[in-house]
Amino acid sequence: MAQMTYAEAIRDGMRVEMKRDPNVYIYGEDVGIFGGCFGVTAGLYQEFGPERVIDTPISETAIVGSAVGAAAAGLRPIAEVMFVDFMGVCMDELLNQAAKMRYMFGGKARLPMVVRTPCGAGMSAAAQHSQSLEAWFTHIPGLKVVMPGEPADAKGLMIAAIRDDNPVIYIEHKQLLNMAGEVPEGEYVVPLGKADIKREGSDVTIVAWSWMLQKALAAAEELAKEGISAEVLDPRTLVPLDKEAILKSVGKTGRLVIVHEAVRTSGFGGEIAAIVAEEGFDLLDAPIKRVTAPDTPIPFSPVLENAYLPSEEKIIKAVKELF
Amino acid sequence: MELTKEKLLDMYKTMVRIRTFEMKAAELFAAGKLPGFVHLYAGEEAVATGVCANLTDKDYITSTHRGHGHLIAKGGKIDLMMAELFGRTTGYCKGKGGSMHIADVDLGILGANGIVGAGQPIATGAGFACKYKKTNNVAVCFFGDGASNRGTFHESLNMASIWKLPVIFVAENNMYGISNYQKNHMNVTDIADRAAAYGIPGVTVDGNDVIAVYEAAAEAVARARKGDGPSLIECKTWRHRGHFEGDPQVYKKPEEQEAWLKKDPIPRLEAKLIELKYASQADLDAIKADVQAEVEAAVRFAESSPLPNPDDVFTDVYAD
Ligand SMILES: Cc1ncc(C[n+]2csc(CCOP(=O)(O)OP(=O)(O)O)c2C)c(N)n1
Ligand SMILES: [Mg+2]
Repeated sequence: MAQMTYAEAIRDGMRVEMKRDPNVYIYGEDVGIFGGCFGVTAGLYQEFGPERVIDTPISETAIVGSAVGAAAAGLRPIAEVMFVDFMGVCMDELLNQAAKMRYMFGGKARLPMVVRTPCGAGMSAAAQHSQSLEAWFTHIPGLKVVMPGEPADAKGLMIAAIRDDNPVIYIEHKQLLNMAGEVPEGEYVVPLGKADIKREGSDVTIVAWSWMLQKALAAAEELAKEGISAEVLDPRTLVPLDKEAILKSVGKTGRLVIVHEAVRTSGFGGEIAAIVAEEGFDLLDAPIKRVTAPDTPIPFSPVLENAYLPSEEKIIKAVKELF
Repeated sequence: MELTKEKLLDMYKTMVRIRTFEMKAAELFAAGKLPGFVHLYAGEEAVATGVCANLTDKDYITSTHRGHGHLIAKGGKIDLMMAELFGRTTGYCKGKGGSMHIADVDLGILGANGIVGAGQPIATGAGFACKYKKTNNVAVCFFGDGASNRGTFHESLNMASIWKLPVIFVAENNMYGISNYQKNHMNVTDIADRAAAYGIPGVTVDGNDVIAVYEAAAEAVARARKGDGPSLIECKTWRHRGHFEGDPQVYKKPEEQEAWLKKDPIPRLEAKLIELKYASQADLDAIKADVQAEVEAAVRFAESSPLPNPDDVFTDVYAD
């Protein structure tokens, strides 16, 4: 084990795979000498050289579109899109190309590509640099969607994403980049589609991912002081989704609160709630609750952004409403 | 519009206003008083000023993440801008937008923008509206060298050219998109060369010479108002500061920075004004002192303005 930040863990995952497989390369805006807008690729240009860590023009359409072509032609690109908010620019390349090629071609193509992109609010970056758009990608069969909530998972899921033969959207959270934790060394793989119980409990299941995992854990700690034992489950990947783990946990606790930073309407929390309602209705002792951002764009002023974001207090309040 | 003494002094004041505003923003950001990101326009003042001096309040502009200069040159009020940087209710966007989203639709300012290249089709649409309504107004699109590589650049110039829309595309070539040097992100030296692909005029001018910018823009604006369609003007310039405040600028060569600081557009215009006997050094100092006082007043206005109410999160999502 080594002590690493979430950003270092992502980088370590990429480095391990780049050393192992010469077909893995990184490209995106300012990923080279600049080390990426948030420093995640720092040092990789020096280590692997300009052939494998490549600065691109500001051309997200061609970045992601060419990743599709390069993957179809046998490479394993890791494309960086500087903010998840810019994914709109390359949406056709994901929606109609990456996600569907294999299916449309009758199973004949493999597209081992990763699109890494940071999400999330909390830095007064306002409406076009703070969003959580994971639900968009989960609505497109053919894409996998990964959202690590802590450093070790960030590494293990990165390695799994690179090794996967499908397009994977790997969404990292800006607020977690400096979070430190124990991270296994070498080829540490966290399989896609396996949830993790981050805290055991018996009274209520809180499902949360990405930054909200940390908020849920903090809320669980507070709830414990008041005698409520919360189990915190991180699905870690939304597609594939480990629904058995969710149903099993709800079977144990009888209550479910889902927390996500994305806006409420058509958020992925609705999907989880629907699955539990359809397949685990008998397990529930109380209605399902969601703690999410409201259905508005993200405001700039810190006062407004704080009001906008789901918080520990909002999670605690939602949990208590179930008792 | 003729370049009279009055006009030139007015342009000087605008450039000083932009510089003073930006250096104040840098100071406030370093002191931790401004949330979010700020991208400063210091060094590029001649571009926005020379272009906007040809426009009226009824003409449109689209701006960028580096937008303060465009807004000030188009007549934006610095107290409302400053209040927005502070996230106050009195700011241009009531604290909802911040530096990257300041807009004043009444002045034809269709917003700074956080998405690189997004202004290109928006300006095209504003130009379409001017033509459709036969208002004789124009739309100016400011964007960077980096933004010239977005698909929106190609699609917008093509569309504006086939429909002869009154749009002036102003490429602010400061030679970097964040850390990416121009010769590493495009295969041409002059962005203006790309105009040929759309059959429209393309000129390259010294973007640190406000008179050169003014004259190139005057021609393009006149052409657009006559119904002869869009133009592309490339202004070669340099940002004095990092991409954003706090950028260590590891990618910039110190000798290049040195050389460009010597071409600072403001002292150049001062020398010209003195040479033409349009102003004495004392006159110029008085203008600077005036502007400094305006900017200090804007900061006081911002700092004494109320913070938003948390419930304001929910307003303004839809029109009634
Ligand atoms: C679509 C999109 N891609 C990337 C970014 C991130 N970004 C913000 S500014 C910038 C560089 C822009 O360079 P340029 O157009 O030359 O403008 P300058 O900053 O030099 O004024 C980048 C890459 C963005 N905001 N939007
Ligand atoms: Mg530039």
